[in-house]
This record gives sequence, structure tokens and C-alpha cells, in this order.
Amino acid sequence: MEPARLVQGNEACVQGAIAAGCRFFAGYPITPSTEVAELMAERLPRLGGKFIQMEDEIASMAAIIGASLCGAKAMTATSGPGFSLKQENIGFAAMCEVPCVVVNVQRAGPSTGGPTAPGQGDIMQARWGTHGDHPIVVLAPYSVRDTFDLTVAAFNCAEDLRVPTIVLLDEVIGHMRERVELPGQSEVRVVDRRRPDPSRTAPEDFVPYAHTPDLVPEMADFGSGYRHHITGLNHDERGRPFASPAEVDRLVRRLNGKMSLAAQRWGLFQEVATADAEVLVIAAGSPARSAKEAVRSARQAGIKAGLLILQTIWPFPAVKVADLASRARVVIVPELNLGQLVGEVERYACRGRGEPRVVSLTRVDTELFPPAQIYEALREVR
Amino acid sequence: MATARDYLLSDALPHIWCPGCGHGTILGALLRAIARIDPPKDDVVMISGIGCAGRAPGYLDFNTLHTTHGRALAFATGVKLASPERRVIVITGDGDAAAIGGNHLIHAARRNIGVTTICFNNSVYGMTGGQYSPLTPLGAFATTAPYGQVEPAFDLCELARAAGASFVARGTAHHAVALTDLIYQALQNDGFSFVEAISQCPVSYGRRNKLGNAAQMLRWQRDNTVNVKAAAKMTPEQLQGKILTGVLHHAVRPEYARSYEQLVARLGAEREGKS
Ligand SMILES: Cc1ncc(C[n+]2csc(CCOP(=O)(O)OP(=O)(O)O)c2C)c(N)n1
Ligand code: SF4
Repeated sequence: MEPARLVQGNEACVQGAIAAGCRFFAGYPITPSTEVAELMAERLPRLGGKFIQMEDEIASMAAIIGASLCGAKAMTATSGPGFSLKQENIGFAAMCEVPCVVVNVQRAGPSTGGPTAPGQGDIMQARWGTHGDHPIVVLAPYSVRDTFDLTVAAFNCAEDLRVPTIVLLDEVIGHMRERVELPGQSEVRVVDRRRPDPSRTAPEDFVPYAHTPDLVPEMADFGSGYRHHITGLNHDERGRPFASPAEVDRLVRRLNGKMSLAAQRWGLFQEVATADAEVLVIAAGSPARSAKEAVRSARQAGIKAGLLILQTIWPFPAVKVADLASRARVVIVPELNLGQLVGEVERYACRGRGEPRVVSLTRVDTELFPPAQIYEALREVR
Repeated sequence: MATARDYLLSDALPHIWCPGCGHGTILGALLRAIARIDPPKDDVVMISGIGCAGRAPGYLDFNTLHTTHGRALAFATGVKLASPERRVIVITGDGDAAAIGGNHLIHAARRNIGVTTICFNNSVYGMTGGQYSPLTPLGAFATTAPYGQVEPAFDLCELARAAGASFVARGTAHHAVALTDLIYQALQNDGFSFVEAISQCPVSYGRRNKLGNAAQMLRWQRDNTVNVKAAAKMTPEQLQGKILTGVLHHAVRPEYARSYEQLVARLGAEREGKS
């Protein structure tokens, strides 16, 4: 453990990334994510890594994919408008199976919205922002310490599954300072992509997009002797754009099959007093903090309240939600948008005949949920 | 001695290009220039955007990356910065480079990053069937310029030079031997090199502009271009309407990826000095 000190969420993100092995960062300044780029610019060259401020977010996304193909662990960070710009190349990373991490410190509103105001309006964009059926993993930290841990997890997941992984912060978490002890390097588990082993696989036998049963083919760095073609076009197992309909079908299904793998290996959540909860709050990011407080007060007032904090948002933790909801009368979903998570909750929580009742609490006024607002909701429904 | 053929993947052929397309000739010039240098294939990373030109890397035995429309130089920047020891070559179309990718072109040139860029300029969007590009000449016809192009065209070589490219040249499919030589020089330059290679698209451009078949279009390239050396001895009247070819600019400037490596080394030395 490092000694406890006051750390900002965005800084914990940088620390986590570096601990996970990130040595390449490309970005473009945008509030409230800019601190991530500034800290990377300072730290990476000292570690032998590379930082570049690109001409825009599209280029930043392209550059990290290029770096990752050379074997580097690479990341970019952005917010709202910049996240929209990255989408086309995020899809390229999903299609070509290039591990990379994209941090989106969400801000309020559509368009320029509220650059310094919190929001969670990108929950659906994070999943479906790029076109076509594609795999993507999205992790949403709720505290400074969690930001460190989930950024490490994001790199590990990206390397494990060869999928782009999003760290979905919100302005509150990104800018908040908390007194935390962050793990030292030796305490951090680091996962690396599986590379072909020259003693087992000759270059001519290397199949870069093999449909292996574990869904994740080995990945060769540029320059490592395994020359192959990479294209965003539909491709066959060798990466060539001549795939038959059957091969395209196989490719798209294999890629999307990684979502089930991600649910098994990277489905992260935390539970607070859920064992006997009749009224269940499900939240992610900063609303989870207010919810924790509210649930504590509710328990003191004798209400059988519990909280499920979603750390992995996509793949949506359907099994966990269905399990806890099966024992609840009411599920409350507070979020800083007009109801994006709640739709998923309803999909998996409802047993039919309106059971359990799902209550959506939404805010888009750039303010946070005070714990009292969630507590009131818990009292009303008990 | 390596030959162009050594780099072609026989099982990735035939190519998609139409009969008479100039892109194959330009690719041939590029491969002959590479063969003259004969680098290890593993060291070459060839990156392209989307378009007819962008399909070229798929036929080659290098580390090849076919990216998104206009973004090849942004991907290449990541590759070169992460692996400065690689020889990075970008293939792009005129629409890919000048329209959707124009911003990346400017900034790659400004940084003088060690990437050799070959722009296959056929004056049109070939892949999507003949819409106008920023390099379509004023008055020319395209599916989206049915009454003649109203916008003036870019001079991409001027743009690249002004933005900071350390090597800029223009050649044509007609002058394939000279083009090979220009690309060879571009590959030798330590920094950002830009070569505009004038190509012909008989299918999506030539037909609509009554420029004849491929042979006639190649003759047009011969008759409407002047090498810079010859141009020096010509009058402005003689040069009216002519397109300059040859090495248009060459300057020595620090290469970006190496400059960054030097920064990394300096910080490392400082740290060791302190401890
Ligand atoms: C983001 C995006 N916009 C549009 C397209 C459609 N598109 C494919 S190729 C192309 C133009 C290619 O023209 P050019 O770069 O001149 O290359 P050429 O085909 O002439 O070699 C366009 C517009 C695309 N693939 N992606
Ligand atoms: S459409 Fe034009 S540029 Fe494309 S392959 Fe055919 S001739 Fe070449």
C-alpha cells in the first residue's frame, strides 16, 4: 500500500492505468477529463512511455489503436462531445479486436451541455455508440479507490478479451478528492494479451482471427514476425476481406460472444445489505454514493433496504439483478439522466404482474442526488 | 536483390481495381522503390484509409492495416510513436487525404513524423462511384457535380509543404520510373514525406469527363505535367495550366518520434543523476 493521501478521481485513473502497464496515451483536452491527459503528459515519458496530444478525438482513438497493435497498452480520455467523435474508431477496435481503454468522464447534457456539471447521459452511448453489433465492456467507478481498481480492471479485461473497454466516470467521481490508500505496484494483478509463441507457432501457421473455442485468438505485435492483414471490413480467419456469408456470420457471432465471457470474468458489482432487502436500490457511479448513505439511514429507520452497486454496466449484470430483484418488492434506480439504466433493470428484474415495482429516479438539472432524496423514495415505497 | 513481386501475396490476388486503373501502376512504383531499399518485411507497417487506393496494403506481405476513411495518418502516428524503429508507409486517396483526413495530413506534416505518405490522386471518389473530391478540378463533372465542379481544387503538395512536410514530391502513373525514384527518395527522408501520385480512374472520372480510355488519360498526364527542373527554364505563359512534378520540397527538420525519444532519454538521465 502507498501511504494514504488526498487523491482526485482523474488522478486515481492515471495511477491505475500506469499500474496496469499503460505506456501510451493519446488525447485531446476536454473538461472534465483534462487532468488525465495532463498527468499522463507528465508521467509517461518519465516511465519510458509516450504521450501525444492529437489534433482531435478521432485521431486520439486512432493513435491508441496503432500503438496497441505495436504491443503497447494504450489509453485515451475524453468527455461527452469527444466521446461521440471516438465512436467510429471504437468500432474499428471492436471489429479488429484491438485491446484499448477509453476513459469517458461524463458531463451533463446533450451537445456542449454542462462541461463542469455531472451527468450519466452516456450509458447507452457507451454500449451502442458505434454502429453495428459489437462487443464492448463498460466499467463505472463510484469512488476514487474504485476508479483506480476499475481502471486496472479495464486494462486487464481489454487484454484478456481483446475488446475496447470503457471506464465511464462522471464529473463528480473524476473531480472529487478522497483520502485513499492506493495499492503499490506489487499488489496489482496485471493481465497481458496472449501472443503467439514462436516455439509453437510458425509465422506461416499463424491464424490471426482464428475462431478458437475460447473466442479470443492470440495477438501478434507488429514487427514480431507474424505479418498479417488487419481490416475493418468483414474478414475471414486470416484477416482477409474475402469472407463468405457463413464466415461473416461466424465472425460477428464470435466477436459478440465475448460479451458472455466478459459477464463471467469481468462482471463486477458490490452489495450493501442485500441479503434480506425488500427494497433494493440499483445504482452506478456517483448516485451509488448517495444511495449508500440513504440505505444506511433507511436501515436505521427499520426499512429493509439494500443496494446493488453496478461496477460493470456492460455487459449488464443480468443474472445478479434478476437474483436480487426476485426477492425484492420494489427496485429503485437513481441515475443522472432520464432513465437509461432503469430500462435494463426492468428487462431483467421483472417477474411479471408488475413484480417487483421498479421506480425510476432521474435528474438532469446538473445537480447530484442528495442522499435524502433517495431516502425519501425508500420511505415512500416501503 | 528484392523485387516488387516479393511483396505481393499471390493468394490475396486478383485485386479489385478496374481495368485501366492507375492505382496498380502506382503500387508497382512503390514496391519497386521499397525493393531498392530492401528492408526486412517485418519492419514495414503499411497503413491505408478507405477507398480504391486503400485496398492496396491487403495485397502485400508486410504488417498491413486497413483503417477507417481518412484516418490512416492518425493510426500511423500511433504506430510510429509507439515503435519508431518501424518503417511506416501510408497509402491514401485524394478524398481520403484531403477531405475527411485533411486535418490529420496537416498535423502529421507539422510534426514531421517519420511516415512516408503516398496519395493516389485520381481527382475523384473512385470507390463510391465518382463523386467530387477536394482535388476535382474546377468545371470537371462528377456524380455530385452534374453541372461541373463549382469549388476550386486543393494543391495538396503546397498544403503539405506549408504545413511542414520535410519532403514533398509529385509524380504520375504515366512517368512510372520517375515516380519510383521519387518514392525511393521519399522513403529515404527522415521525417514526414508526401508524394502525390497522379492516377487515372477511367471508370468513375474519365468517362464522365470525356477523357477517353486509360491510354488517353495517361497521355493527358504526359501532356499536362512539367518536371520542376524543366519548368525552371520555361516562361509563365508556357507553364500556364501545367502541373509541376518532381521533388517540390526537401528540408532537414527533426523527426517527431525521435525528438520524443530524446525527451524520454533526457528525463531518464535526469532521474538517474538525482538518485
Ligand atoms: C466515415 C466514412 N464516410 C464515407 C465513407 C464512404 N467512402 C468510402 S471510399 C470514399 C471515397 C474514396 O475516395 P478516395 O479517397 O479519393 O479514394 P479512391 O477510391 O478514389 O481511390 C468514401 C466517401 C466511408 N467509408 N466512411
Ligand atoms: S473506380 Fe476508378 S479508382 Fe476505383 S478501381 Fe476503378 S478505375 Fe480505379
